[in-house]
Amino acid sequence: MKSTIATKSRGGRARLLGLAAAATLAATIAPGATAQGSLKVGIVGFYTGAAAGPFGIPARNAAELVIEAMNAGKVPAPYQSAGAGGLQIDAVYIDESGGTAKVVTDYRNAVQRQGVEAFVGYISSGSCLAIAPVAEELATFTILFDCGTPRIFEDASYTYVFRTAATATMDGVGAARYVAAKFPDIKNYQGINQNYAWGQDSWRDFELAMKALLPNAKSEDSLFPKLFAGQYGAEISSLSVKRPNVLHSSLWGGDLESFVLQSSARALNRQTTMILTTGETTMFRLGSKLPDGIILGARGPYGVYARDSELNTWFRNAYQDRFATPPTYPSYQMAQALLGLKIAYDKAATAAGGSKPTSAQAADGLAGAEYEAFGTTVKMALGNGRQAITETAYGLSKFDKETGTATITDIIRFPAECVNPPDGAKSVEWIQGGMQGAKCD
Amino acid sequence: MLTAFAILVDGLVFASWLFIVALGLTLIFGVMKILNVAHGSFYAFGAYVAANAIGVYYEAGLPPLGGFALMAGAALVVGVVLGTALERGLLRFMYGRDEVLTALVTFAVFLMMEDVIILVWGADPFFAYQPYGLLGVTEAGPLVLSNYDLSLIGLAFTLCAVTWWVLNRTRQGRLLIAVIHDRELAAAFGINVTRMFTLTFVIGAMLGALGGAVTAPMISVTPGIGVEVIVLAFAIVVIGGMGSIWGAVIGAVVVGVSRAAAVHLLPQVELFVIYAVMALVLAFRPEGLFSRAQARKI
Repeated sequence: MKSTIATKSRGGRARLLGLAAAATLAATIAPGATAQGSLKVGIVGFYTGAAAGPFGIPARNAAELVIEAMNAGKVPAPYQSAGAGGLQIDAVYIDESGGTAKVVTDYRNAVQRQGVEAFVGYISSGSCLAIAPVAEELATFTILFDCGTPRIFEDASYTYVFRTAATATMDGVGAARYVAAKFPDIKNYQGINQNYAWGQDSWRDFELAMKALLPNAKSEDSLFPKLFAGQYGAEISSLSVKRPNVLHSSLWGGDLESFVLQSSARALNRQTTMILTTGETTMFRLGSKLPDGIILGARGPYGVYARDSELNTWFRNAYQDRFATPPTYPSYQMAQALLGLKIAYDKAATAAGGSKPTSAQAADGLAGAEYEAFGTTVKMALGNGRQAITETAYGLSKFDKETGTATITDIIRFPAECVNPPDGAKSVEWIQGGMQGAKCD
Repeated sequence: MLTAFAILVDGLVFASWLFIVALGLTLIFGVMKILNVAHGSFYAFGAYVAANAIGVYYEAGLPPLGGFALMAGAALVVGVVLGTALERGLLRFMYGRDEVLTALVTFAVFLMMEDVIILVWGADPFFAYQPYGLLGVTEAGPLVLSNYDLSLIGLAFTLCAVTWWVLNRTRQGRLLIAVIHDRELAAAFGINVTRMFTLTFVIGAMLGALGGAVTAPMISVTPGIGVEVIVLAFAIVVIGGMGSIWGAVIGAVVVGVSRAAAVHLLPQVELFVIYAVMALVLAFRPEGLFSRAQARKI
């Protein structure tokens, strides 16, 4: 695994820049004191296997880019101080492939043998559920950057575990709200989702939200092809026979792309309005092969949905220049998790008074924080200040023939408090209860 | 009526695809008694080489139908290169050893090949969609069927017929049948069993690669595509009877139609139905539907 090793301290510069930033920005993100040395951080994701292309590699690319810039103090304000709390980030890239037992073993080995002091990672919800208690046991500061299951902080309470992306509940509720806003007269809807936790949970959240928002629309029997099925001939025929007005799907990666290729060749997109909750990851790869008029999600306001800002412009351009493709949502989620790490250690460095911060101090630094990331504002509002909520957005695919690029139209943004449950509420119960307390104005 | 028609068509299309993929696997087992897990690698390499070749071909603006010849070419190249390398370079040292050991060796090769794919082609997907749309569609009421999908039925039928003809109507085929029945006796009669092994393995590898090559235009070619395929192919071969060509035909049709029926009528059991069929067959015929009882040599 490639690692970036840098040990030169830039604490003085960080202090000066931090003070400058503090004059105009929130004091929470300006380090008052900085430590010296390096911070060994495990960056975990699927770097091999089917999830590498759509998720793992874009996330790793973003990690390399942002860590390099962070260490050099080149991330735009308010993050221009070098390193994290003055510490140079020494990244150790760890592959998430191989199942939860291997993931846990790798985590323990990284902490106990390699001396990894903090983690940013994990794409699979299964990995996150397995890692969270281990991180707690080993008292190691860990930021989950992508996995979607709301169970992490709804079923347990943690001190050292954080997640800087919103849960998958937001995806389902946001998708249903988009359908309710744009297609309020639909008669029925159906789903095609992979037959494992992610697909089942995604459909459950969407269906429950649809029942709350459009109670007169009928939910048809959903299809659950197995993970990595690749062949969707029978499913496409079944959908053509039933002709749901709206088709929900959380397929991802090769499965999603195969389904789009096969279904568009058979004109399914002309018979039903598709909503692909992870579709943004694939829009540039499919290009003109992605039909117009498909509702695309990005698991938050990332990629094409990211808000304009100096931070976003820098990230987008730097990523495009280096990797010759625009950053998609896993890149944004990794980048915003690394900002969370920086905020935690910048604040912890002050608390440590120049010593190297402990995991507990880092955890205190990020708990309940609210910060501007590359795509949106991240509020650590749930799970005792350890689970983020963000706004989300959906829009319609449109291929621009003149420029030869995939674009999005008809974007609707939903505030964080509109698509995420309030603190203390369980996601499913909140949706079933009609999403009481949602603030959508 | 429409649903019944859709089940039949979908079932046959899926069965044809399964048969194309499983044929090479059952052929290799029938002749060589090798449970070749690396068959999934042949499939994946066939898909990758075809996707690359098709991409280059269509970017060059060459005649569209030539893309189909490229798929066959990709299968040929992958089969000859990988099949020969694996059989001559590794498997020939395993002949006469425990079949389980040989299966484990092919499993190790399969795992290494998965990493080789990432080393060569990276983790990003490849698309070779052009041939998929080239043949157009057939409309049957609300059903829009891809002619490319339907053409798989023809390809599977052709492969089945050619395999039958070669085995039963050519000298090489009869020699092969002799090896299948009793390799020691065949060797005693002067048949070059080693050569037959190499030939069979290369043909099996070509069939696996052909499965990948014809699938490439329908899917996003990504790392890991060989994993799922090998599991399904094994299910077909086990249902039909290890080493039986007709068994593979019937196994593929049973699984294809069962799965299509499940998707249309009871989608909750779609994942379960393939393995339920396999379990049912094995419960009553542990040797598979078409496998002959073997005399035990003492």
